[in-house]
Amino acid sequence: MAVRELELGSVPSQREVKPRRFWSRLFEPFRRGRQPKPQPPTGFYTDTTVCIGCKACEVACKQWNQLPADGFEFTGNSYDNTGKLSAESWRHVKFIEQFTREIEGSPPAPRISLDVVSPPDWSRWLMMSDVCKHCAAAPCQQACPTGAIITNEFANVYIQPDICNGCAYCIAACPFGVITRSHFDGHAHKCTLCYDRQKDGLVPACAKACPTASIQFGTVEELRTRARQRVEKLQASGVQAYLYGDTPTETYSEMNSFYLLVDKPEVYGLPESPFNPWLHLRGDYLRTAIAALAGLALFTIAIVFKGG
Amino acid sequence: MPGLGASFGRGAATNFQQDLANSDCILIMGSNMAEAHPVGFRWPMKAKEKGATLIHIDPRFSRTSALCDLFVGIRAGSDIAFLGALVHYVLSHDKWFKEYVLAYTNAATIIQPGFRDTEDLGGLFSGYHPESISYSPKDGHWSYEGHDGEDQKKSEEGQHGTHGDSHQGGANQTHKPQRDPSLQHPHCVMNILRRHFARYTPEAAARVCGCSPRDIVRIAELLCSNSGRERTSAIVYAVGWTQHTTGVQIIRAAGILQLLLGNMGRPGGGIMAMRGHSSIQGSTDVSTLYDLLPGYLAQPVASADHESLDDYVKKEGLPTGYWVNYRKFIVSLLKAYYGDAATAQNEFGFGWLPRVDGDHSHLPTFDRMARGEMTGYILLGQNPAGGGMNAGLQRAGLRSLDWLVVADWFETESAVFWKDDPTGPPSSDIKTEVFFFPAANSSEKEGTLTNTQRLLQWHSKALDPPGDCRSDAWFVYQLGKRLKDLYAGSTDPRDAPIQALTWDYDPEHPAILPDGRVSRITGEPDIEKILQELNGYHLGPPLPHEENASPPPLPQDLLGERSESKSRRATSTPGEGARERQARRMAHAAPSPAAASPSLDADGGPADRTRRLLRGFSELEDDGTTACGCWVYSGVFPEVGRNRAKERTRTPSNPAEPAWGFAWPHNRRLMYNRASADPNGKPWSERKKYIWWDAEQKKWVGDDEPDFEPTKPPDYRPPEDALGMAAIAGNQPFIMKTDGLGWLFAPKGVKDGPLPTHYEPLESPVENLLYPEQSASPTVRTFTSDKNRLAHATSAEFPVVACTFRLTEHYLSGPMSRFNSWLNELQPEMFVEMSPELAAERGIGNGDWVTVRSARGSIECRALVTRRAQSLQIDGRLVHQVGLPFHWAFAGETVGGNANDLTALVAEPNVSMHEGKVFACQVEKSRWHGPRPGATKQAKPWPQKDPVPETPASAQPEGGFAHGG
Repeated sequence: MAVRELELGSVPSQREVKPRRFWSRLFEPFRRGRQPKPQPPTGFYTDTTVCIGCKACEVACKQWNQLPADGFEFTGNSYDNTGKLSAESWRHVKFIEQFTREIEGSPPAPRISLDVVSPPDWSRWLMMSDVCKHCAAAPCQQACPTGAIITNEFANVYIQPDICNGCAYCIAACPFGVITRSHFDGHAHKCTLCYDRQKDGLVPACAKACPTASIQFGTVEELRTRARQRVEKLQASGVQAYLYGDTPTETYSEMNSFYLLVDKPEVYGLPESPFNPWLHLRGDYLRTAIAALAGLALFTIAIVFKGG
Repeated sequence: MPGLGASFGRGAATNFQQDLANSDCILIMGSNMAEAHPVGFRWPMKAKEKGATLIHIDPRFSRTSALCDLFVGIRAGSDIAFLGALVHYVLSHDKWFKEYVLAYTNAATIIQPGFRDTEDLGGLFSGYHPESISYSPKDGHWSYEGHDGEDQKKSEEGQHGTHGDSHQGGANQTHKPQRDPSLQHPHCVMNILRRHFARYTPEAAARVCGCSPRDIVRIAELLCSNSGRERTSAIVYAVGWTQHTTGVQIIRAAGILQLLLGNMGRPGGGIMAMRGHSSIQGSTDVSTLYDLLPGYLAQPVASADHESLDDYVKKEGLPTGYWVNYRKFIVSLLKAYYGDAATAQNEFGFGWLPRVDGDHSHLPTFDRMARGEMTGYILLGQNPAGGGMNAGLQRAGLRSLDWLVVADWFETESAVFWKDDPTGPPSSDIKTEVFFFPAANSSEKEGTLTNTQRLLQWHSKALDPPGDCRSDAWFVYQLGKRLKDLYAGSTDPRDAPIQALTWDYDPEHPAILPDGRVSRITGEPDIEKILQELNGYHLGPPLPHEENASPPPLPQDLLGERSESKSRRATSTPGEGARERQARRMAHAAPSPAAASPSLDADGGPADRTRRLLRGFSELEDDGTTACGCWVYSGVFPEVGRNRAKERTRTPSNPAEPAWGFAWPHNRRLMYNRASADPNGKPWSERKKYIWWDAEQKKWVGDDEPDFEPTKPPDYRPPEDALGMAAIAGNQPFIMKTDGLGWLFAPKGVKDGPLPTHYEPLESPVENLLYPEQSASPTVRTFTSDKNRLAHATSAEFPVVACTFRLTEHYLSGPMSRFNSWLNELQPEMFVEMSPELAAERGIGNGDWVTVRSARGSIECRALVTRRAQSLQIDGRLVHQVGLPFHWAFAGETVGGNANDLTALVAEPNVSMHEGKVFACQVEKSRWHGPRPGATKQAKPWPQKDPVPETPASAQPEGGFAHGG
């Protein structure tokens, strides 16, 4: 029986204790430990067609990461009382009730005349466990001024809470609204992809708890293959399935946490074509540089001519 | 579970959950499997991935419906009409599996001509006695032709249930029943069945259920096309079927359907009964029910028929089938109870067993309690003040007690009803003295859980419980010790049973925790010793070949030095071999009666060292030489040092996983699996091969233990006067039945009729459209008092159908989940699911506060207006249905209206089950006027400041699920 958790008890701690040399301390005064060796990129593949909305992922995440409950509020929005991803909720199961009328584009009228009641034509109740997308080129990381957000050896986007200064740039940068700042400590938090568990060779808590393998964890390469096979199979049986975030687009990089969806991304509250704010900024930087150069040139010309 | 017992012989799920992955079609009805059994639901999902069709039929569109291919919404309480229509389709389209039905069911058996059906008598079977609201099978001529008929057994007489009998499902036939394989005889079961289900046309059933006839036909077609030689369909149900006044008959209807389709005893077929609580299967096996002894033996009743052991065995045992061994079971049980004090002279202490003198099941007990007829009560792991039917009445019951003991993890409603119940009187007016014992949780104690598929799985203790928390076993064991001390010197004969009771489960060594520390808890019983006693052991001298295997006696082990030698042996010496250690454990495993003086064997060692554990119930004896605490569990501890419940060996090539835990009976994972082969012993098809007859080896072989005599050839035919197992032919797979057949028609074992009939729930806004003369079940029992009013018949005051349900996020009435902030934030408030039509009619908006009223009480909750709830057209008018989760009450971090304050105390005739799944109510847009409950526990803003646990300490068993690396 493969029980990694049981094996770990006997594994000695591998913390680096060797004192550093003088020159090393002189040139790299802030370095802590050795940079870990890069590992094959890991991520999540979330197959929404088998999600049963049990929210075990949410509870497992909070339990492992010791996140607080953030309020007992009844939303009336299907079974979704979590509401959004936040510094306190790193997993969020969305519930989308789709019945015939809604699909046709007419939202249910507040008063429905009784003569329309017939055996209702049930359609679907979509469920999806949302999480940080762990983008290959993550806008949050690009926006972070302190270097608190890094890409770790598993190519996961990781916020170092002790370095985060709470500036909230990452919150504005994320096109998915994944990050918020904690009301408790003022730092930004989000899914770490259970970095601590991965270092010990364990599966992240949410994937471990998922009873139907809706959340699958593994190396991105393997997950992509598995997901594409699944899409083919579903499409062959007539389901309009596709992958969201498995390939880069013109405006956004691929995501290490990607989804199998059966409706438009907007239905799940995801942007149809996410846009990396850096693409806007790139032009701005360019224009600023050109303007600066032009200004400098004008200035020089002015000096030259005036002086001449 | 007499529904399954009467149909097949044993009242338990017939297949295992993993086997659902082998199904070609799964009908989930009366179960919200994805929400209530999310982990087990992975197997239907696997089947779906392989191409199976998943069907969900339910009053509500739930998370289960979302994952199924097909959903049909029906009115709560119309299940038999729907299933009856499926049976009607199978019969009228001649889609039944002919070879299977003729060989393995009682379709051809001839019933007495005096029998009259509900079709003839306006919704009643023959034999009805209105004065006692019960049936007499004898007067009704329900029996097989040629048999003079017999009334209910003693154990099922009067007011209490038939738990015991149901498992035997025994018609006391001592001769061969008459059969007509041509099915021409007008009184043969098949023709009775055809007549009975004739009126359940899809159109008639659709009128009752509120669905379209098309849906019924479509589902019938799906089931028929996915059954037969090559394919199998499974049915999954849970308390959505059982919690009705017709619950047993709903399950019977499913049994008839599965027998007709030939799905019983075959992989991917069967009926999965999803149990509601952790180890509730175990609690019926080892019997916490008042009218059962462990292993489904009947508790003797206060009657001359059960006066002596011989009378009891004669009345309860059966001449043919496996129950012929009844005497072995009861004598071995008595030997386990009373040890050396049980002798042949005193009938093994049979006279000491308490006699049942009336219905002492939960509902009547609380009815009596509310009338002030009881003084004290002990609650272990139960919360009647929150989760009991008509919880208001149950609280009134608790308030009238003198004392109450509650052992639980948290201060549940039942522990704080005297101070925090907003509907109750001030605490100064309540006389009850409540003793609260903090209980250990499941990771803080060890033991077995028996799950829905009869699988015993051991769980180890991870850490000590905090503070004064103790396991329930500790509590019961210590209570028993104190009782024995209390009565030790008594000369009153009625105290003899307590004096004679064997009660010696002290551990030999202090318990060691997984991290190597010694447990600080003292006084815990050794759970393995209890499991060994349940497994059973031999009491006689060792057999010759075993004497060699016993360890050499130790020289000091003499009479005078016994205590010293015991203490010496209790510590393990380095030179001691494994065999000696085993032998030492064995010596202490067997409980020695306190009264018995230590006797010596030939070697001078204690005699009890020679006790050998049973390898299975086939080793049981009826002469007092074996002791066995629960015969169905026999084999779980076949030898010292081998606890099969602990075994976790994976066998990926064999889906039955026989080396993972232990399934009763005898590690058979799929019951009645003889039926997976045709009458000649060959698999029905290569695709559905499971157990078959190997002519060369002359035995049954396959992936699983055969649920059949392993060497009985398929062509074995019993002689005329055969008794016991010898009377079961080689082609009769239902070995617990006297005739070895699955019962389409149940001549006995079900109190409300031999065939399922649609009756309306007790509280229904609709008349019985199929049997206008008879609305509700004629045998249902009610407990009328001003605390338990019923809205009989169709009522304008309560026109809405209410159905209680469960959410994944909470557990039962919330004693384990409403004290946990992580769960509370996911479902923080009591709500009611209603259709937009009902909301529009009452001017209710989504999220508004509404009041839901029934004849018993009223509660306040939030409205969740959703298309998932539906209003139905029934008989030309609109009937609204609402869904009420039953997770909230007045104790915990989140509190709110309690759905069980609305439900009624009524009892199904067979098992005294209530009707929580359907009752009548009214819904209004208003807030409740009166005191509201406040949270009794404040949620911490941050769950804990303790250091984050180190990964290596997270010792959690991984199981065998391969996803995610």
